[in-house]
Amino acid sequence: MSAIRMNPPEFRVVRDEEKCIKCLVCVRQCGFEAQQYDPEEDRVYSLDENCVACQRCVCLCPTRALRIERNPVPYKLNAHWTPEHIHNINKQAATGGVLLTGMGNDKPYPAYFDRLLLNASQVTNPSIDPLREPMELRTYLGSRPDYLGGEKDRYFGPTPLVPIETPIMFTAISYGAISHQAFEALARAAKAYGTLFNTGEGGLPEDLYEYADHAIVQVASGRFGVHSEYLNAARVIEIKIGQGAKPGIGGHLPGEKITASIAATRMIPEGTDALSPAPHHDIYSIEDLRQLILTLKEATRYTKPVSVKIAAVHNVAAIASGIARAGADIIAIDGFRGGTGAAPLMIRDHVGIPIELAIAAVDQRLREEGIRNRVSLVAAGGFRSSADVVKAIALGADAVYIGTAALVALGCHLCQKCYTGKCSWGIATQDPYKTRRLNPEIGAERLYNLLHGWSHEIKEMLGGMGINSIESLRGNRLHLRGVGLTEAELKLLGVKHAGEGM
Amino acid sequence: MKRLNAQGLSYRELNEKIRALLDSGEKEIVIENVNGQRYIGTGVKAQARLVVHGVPGNNLGALMDGLHIEVYGNAQDGVGNTMNEGTIVVHGHATDITGYSMRGGKIFIRGHVGYRVGIHMKAFREKNPVIVVGGKAGDFFGEYMAGGTLVLLGLDIKPGEQIVGNYIATGMHGGEIFIRGKLDDDILIGKEAKVLEPEEKDYHRLEALIKEFAEYFDLDADKILAVPFIKLIPYNKRPYGNLYAY
Repeated sequence: MSAIRMNPPEFRVVRDEEKCIKCLVCVRQCGFEAQQYDPEEDRVYSLDENCVACQRCVCLCPTRALRIERNPVPYKLNAHWTPEHIHNINKQAATGGVLLTGMGNDKPYPAYFDRLLLNASQVTNPSIDPLREPMELRTYLGSRPDYLGGEKDRYFGPTPLVPIETPIMFTAISYGAISHQAFEALARAAKAYGTLFNTGEGGLPEDLYEYADHAIVQVASGRFGVHSEYLNAARVIEIKIGQGAKPGIGGHLPGEKITASIAATRMIPEGTDALSPAPHHDIYSIEDLRQLILTLKEATRYTKPVSVKIAAVHNVAAIASGIARAGADIIAIDGFRGGTGAAPLMIRDHVGIPIELAIAAVDQRLREEGIRNRVSLVAAGGFRSSADVVKAIALGADAVYIGTAALVALGCHLCQKCYTGKCSWGIATQDPYKTRRLNPEIGAERLYNLLHGWSHEIKEMLGGMGINSIESLRGNRLHLRGVGLTEAELKLLGVKHAGEGM
Repeated sequence: MKRLNAQGLSYRELNEKIRALLDSGEKEIVIENVNGQRYIGTGVKAQARLVVHGVPGNNLGALMDGLHIEVYGNAQDGVGNTMNEGTIVVHGHATDITGYSMRGGKIFIRGHVGYRVGIHMKAFREKNPVIVVGGKAGDFFGEYMAGGTLVLLGLDIKPGEQIVGNYIATGMHGGEIFIRGKLDDDILIGKEAKVLEPEEKDYHRLEALIKEFAEYFDLDADKILAVPFIKLIPYNKRPYGNLYAY
């Protein structure tokens, strides 16, 4: 610790001494050592500077004696030099390091989902009640032939389509970034609901191969845990090029998180940093990407669709066109709100573009080029509700990945400290004392409930529009209207302004 | 032993034929007239011998698990890419990213190799991947190396030629690199690696590898071993541990 602690605490713990029964649950549960007990004085007290507002103690306190408050920082008001900037400079002045953070971009950039509204049927076409009438959410992921009756695929031979029962999948979160318990909860829920989870780039733990049929397995630049059994067990193989939270950079899973089990899954020695280089060094071009796609297809004898995941960046439409032409069956695009277990703060908050614009641009470009049928589009990056999902599909996505929403269902309160490995909720940690807090069965049930709730809401929204199949919504931008958007934004999104008719 | 004529076959047709033979339990396949067909042996898990006459295309033996491939000719990019187990012997040169991310098995190249050879090689449990290169190597030799053994012999180097390019062992955080002879002072070495003199036990391991190498290519192992080696290892296995401000 430096001699002077330059940054005041961000939060403060407020304890109602009348309610507190000194059961010490808060002391045991706090992953950040903000709750303390002094046995000599028999006193429970708090170290506010350690508190990250993860709410674990608040939620577990049996007498509801705790409250976390934002600690008001009485700096002279300054719209430009906000406390965040001042505190970050202090951290860097003390360490010389790169600022690190977790979860998705939290800055107040426009959320286009909140500027788009959905349509509903009135009088001229009947709406549909999903409780009593069939409503189809099943989505098939993969490449469709250019025309029927001819050769199924001119270049690569057919790879089978993969059905999912709802257009929502769990995004790539590696074992290592999250605990085995959290990872297992995602796998179980995906299997139970008939959708897919994504292993991320850290491999698939041996004891979870029973869920492989619902796994999208990733091949990233570090090639961790990639071997032919892993590829052949999976339902879909995903080449990870980029991630919305950190476009253009690689990753470092620090050695202290590489436990025996994680080392076994990543197939590396214990305690070594798991370094993912920024690029795949066998991919410097679209032609090289095609080569890796074909390598993976050859390795699995053309039985698995190959997805390519990229971050939404400025030239995303042209890049997606190249990926489709390189032979990918699925393109996954991760917007700038996408989450992460660790990313440099500057990259997370300042690189990439919103997913809404990226979906619209990519769908439009692929249609114009007549190759939209060759790929399924999966959108990711900050989906908070079923309405966001419906809007993304209307903009042109086939399905979406959810990550942050799934972790919230498992207990995450978005304190953004995943990179410390201290997660009090047992999610982003490998400490057995903490990971035990997350029961994979209960976690899977909560995730299943979330998928169930969102799926039903999607059916309601579809029914309201007079549509009985999610397929009929895809790219159906006539069902969207913008509110308070500029001409340029409306044009990019391909939607009319609210108030304009059909 | 079965023979295949690769002439006029697409990579997919050729690889299907190879796979069909391997599936039927064939233990040795000789493939003639190979001319750039990619992905030979890719993703194959089998104990069998493939003999390749000609020049195989990129990603020869990628993700391979157990094959013994011998190439009479040059090989191209990505030999043994992410390979798990097996042996690849090339009686010629190989180009870039030979052994990218390989986790087990051995690769022996008689001639020179291109850029980024042995990048992100790993070791895992009993697996310790090995690449022995007879000639010289390009830039970024052993980049991001996380485990395994790279040996560079520098045979048949012409006067004025360097045994290796710049940025050798950049980002290295595991494994070991042995180079026969000395490195010129003007060759840039990654800041993550340090140069040492091999110990006696290192020479014992080297001897075994070089004997195997010499046997494949009909060379005199003692003559190769007569020149002292240098050894590169990483300073630590956490090169970027202090990069971040918490």
